[in-house]
Amino acid sequence: MKLTVTVNGTDYTRTIEPRLLLIHFLRDDLGLTGSHWGCDTSNCGACVVWLDETPVKSFTMLAVQADGRRVTTVEGLARGAALDPVQEAFAACHGLQCGFCTPGMMMTARWLLDRYPDPTEAQVREAISGQICRCTGYENIVRSVLRAAKHDGGDSDARP
Amino acid sequence: MGVIPTHAHDPGSGEAYGPIPRKEDARFVRGKGTYVDDISLPGMLYGAVLRSPLAHARIVSVDATAARAHPKVQAVFTGEDLARRGLAWMPTLSGDMQAVLATDKVRFQGQEIAFVVATDRYAARDALELISVDYEPLTPLIDARTALDPGAPVVRDDLPDQSGNRIFDWAAGDKAAADAAFAAADVVVGCDMIYPRSHPAPLETCGIVADMDTVTGKLTLWSTSQAPHAHRTMYAMITGVPEHMIRIVSPDLGGGFGAKVPLYPGYLCAIVGSMVTGRPVKWIEDRSENLMSTAFARDYHMHGEIAATADGKILALRARVLADHGAFNATAQPAKFPAGFFHIFTGSYDVQAAFCEVTGVFTNKAPGGVAYSCSFRVSEAVYLVERLTDMLARELAIDPAELRMRNLLRPEQFPYTCATGWQYDSGDYPRALQLALTMAGYDELRREQAERRARGEYMGIGLSFFTEGVGAGPRGQMDILGLAMADGADLRVHPTGKAVLGISVQTQGQGHETTFAQIVAHELGISPDDVEVVHGDTDRTPFGLGTYGSRSTPVSGAAAIVAARKVRERARLVAAAMFEVAPDDLEWLDGKWRVRGDPDEAFGIADIALAAHSSLELPAGVEGHLDASAVYNPPNLTFPFGAYICVTDVDPGTGEVKVRRFIAVDDCGVRINPMIVEGQVHRGLADGIGIALMQAIVFDELGNCLGGSFMDYLLPTSMECPSPELGETVTPSPHHPIGAKGIGESATVGSPAAVVNSVVDALAPFGVTHADMPLTPANVWRAIQGRPIRPDLALS
Repeated sequence: MKLTVTVNGTDYTRTIEPRLLLIHFLRDDLGLTGSHWGCDTSNCGACVVWLDETPVKSFTMLAVQADGRRVTTVEGLARGAALDPVQEAFAACHGLQCGFCTPGMMMTARWLLDRYPDPTEAQVREAISGQICRCTGYENIVRSVLRAAKHDGGDSDARP
Repeated sequence: MGVIPTHAHDPGSGEAYGPIPRKEDARFVRGKGTYVDDISLPGMLYGAVLRSPLAHARIVSVDATAARAHPKVQAVFTGEDLARRGLAWMPTLSGDMQAVLATDKVRFQGQEIAFVVATDRYAARDALELISVDYEPLTPLIDARTALDPGAPVVRDDLPDQSGNRIFDWAAGDKAAADAAFAAADVVVGCDMIYPRSHPAPLETCGIVADMDTVTGKLTLWSTSQAPHAHRTMYAMITGVPEHMIRIVSPDLGGGFGAKVPLYPGYLCAIVGSMVTGRPVKWIEDRSENLMSTAFARDYHMHGEIAATADGKILALRARVLADHGAFNATAQPAKFPAGFFHIFTGSYDVQAAFCEVTGVFTNKAPGGVAYSCSFRVSEAVYLVERLTDMLARELAIDPAELRMRNLLRPEQFPYTCATGWQYDSGDYPRALQLALTMAGYDELRREQAERRARGEYMGIGLSFFTEGVGAGPRGQMDILGLAMADGADLRVHPTGKAVLGISVQTQGQGHETTFAQIVAHELGISPDDVEVVHGDTDRTPFGLGTYGSRSTPVSGAAAIVAARKVRERARLVAAAMFEVAPDDLEWLDGKWRVRGDPDEAFGIADIALAAHSSLELPAGVEGHLDASAVYNPPNLTFPFGAYICVTDVDPGTGEVKVRRFIAVDDCGVRINPMIVEGQVHRGLADGIGIALMQAIVFDELGNCLGGSFMDYLLPTSMECPSPELGETVTPSPHHPIGAKGIGESATVGSPAAVVNSVVDALAPFGVTHADMPLTPANVWRAIQGRPIRPDLALS
């Protein structure tokens, strides 16, 4: 069936199998391999992308459910050459090791900071509690998000 | 105290160590990493594995006719098809044979039976449904403790010399001395304990893209491999493809933790699939396949005993272990050590007599045993001795910190040979423990605990002190499948002084591209930015045994240092020609060769590299260029250690455990990048909390794996992991070129005992002296009720 979707600001129209999962559409059909797959059961969140403005686990969604909607992936996080403060903070705080969970974590972090620009540590931990990282013990992810919050507001123009 | 010191990053001074950001992160934060499933080749096909739903059954027939007729299917092969190619069985890392696709019977739930190659992922899965397998169910052997009973089902009737399920009996230490010490002791404490089966569960599962070029005969494998060179040798031996015609690229790996050390049947099937179709074949495990069939960890049934004097001097240790290895003996460890390094179970204490015996058995469970950051079974050893030490403290009514302090090895005893023969290289144990106690505010915590107990609140304080032996290993003592555990480094210095370092080890997130650049930069007085680290590609890197057992920095790191120092010495000869002085007239100072007595006369590596490529008349012994390579044979393991304290709060009504604080003091010798070291510790502490509290691969009586998804196999999230409080001491290794020790597994090895000790301490008012992992709310509640059950089995 036919699917029209806007991914990271670009419109795509493709003919797909109805059963195609969104993650496979993004990775295999569009070549956007930044979003990963890790568990099948919606536990790990390596596949988190935004559907419109909301983080979703793209392995537990059909691609056709995104028809007519906007999808944002990690590849859409930076603004040209300028990294999002979340991306800068993850690198600065050693918020990643193998990097596999990182795109999903950053998409959730960006969502959180857009709604709660000055979150508490508890809010950050709650926000990422539906995602699994096997490398960091979460400590440096939490530090990264809190650092990004500090660098998000005021004179920062990294993100419009 | 407790604060990580920072080091200035000043390449000009030859001081490149320090917490610099990682070079690899630029691609990861942009979503531009390249993991195996990100590889897409023209004409690529997709494979899928049909797996057994039964744990033990004879295969009567496999009918793939309908699957072969599927319009999108390019090939299907079964065990019989592989047998015709001589590929139905493959060697394991322990010298056993493992079925690639089952021909005679299935021996664990999830075992590989057939492989489908189709034009897309979904079609390959569809076609699995079209394969019909006729099974004759057999009684499964699930409880390892019955494996040696007369009449137990025999798992390995394929082995001609095998009559029962015993794989090996192995012992270490002096039995007579240990028995004598026990007989003379004032007090003896013993306990049965289970270190349950767990799974490392890296977030990226295993996978491969196999590409057989039918014109050139070159086989290229993009593969999730922690040991690409060792895998290349094994593939050559198994498939008959000449080793120089095999290239393995292990690209970015989404974690490994030991799970990506072995060869798995799916890899072989994808290779055969590419050979059969002449097209690239991708195979990526799903999560259930990963949890049910790839290398598990632990599964040790232990009985430990500790003997001591009345004033708490530990005299001797004994341990008897039943090791459940599953259906094939596929542990990944040095060949001479069937129980890994478990016999380091005297731990960090001055124990004069020790004896342990380990029996390995086959069961109808997935193969493996050594994985998950265990330092080759040191995790089990540390857990045993640290639980026993706490039990002894309870028995003698001595504070567990005080008891440990009385028995820890003293700094002046190093190098120290323990009762089972390990030679500990260096340590200052009391200093590390004292630092941890101070950071924790130990005495204040004990006062708080007493106050809370008086109010009916159950707070626990648990300690563990661990010593690991990592960096395998010394030639002559350690090998895997006859391959010595050495590692190579290949350092090229370009005319402009920029360097490319090829290494035989492979990062799965540990940050090799940064740490190894710092290692070379430090030796050559250049910036880490000017060193490109190449790894994970067997065509571009020297041979070595790979990354596991915390061996990258101790072994491959040392190789990189030796290569860099060769470059530096060659540069000295060239610099001497440039200055027209004798080499002995030069000294290496602040990252440059300088004329003695005239330090302003100096050349750095960039100047010298250009000269080495120029028409300069070269001195004797220099062929031109500065490139150098090295192979490092470690003279001994390195012995990192640490003192951990875990503070928990336990709800006696629900059995819920909350980890309130975790204090971790680690000594891994010299730290190259303290930020990365801290990150390794953070990970291991989360592992320890997960293993102690929730992670267990449990089986029912039919051999059904009850931990086959992340719905059932629980991993810690941000809500269970506390903010760790880290401290460090630095006791350099005397035999490593820069005094570094491994750190990758320390916290995973050391922390579970601290968590369990803390929970048992919290439950002391209930008379609980031991409770087996995982300490789930249900298991804690049962312990409180005095009705513990075995946590490894779900028996009806």
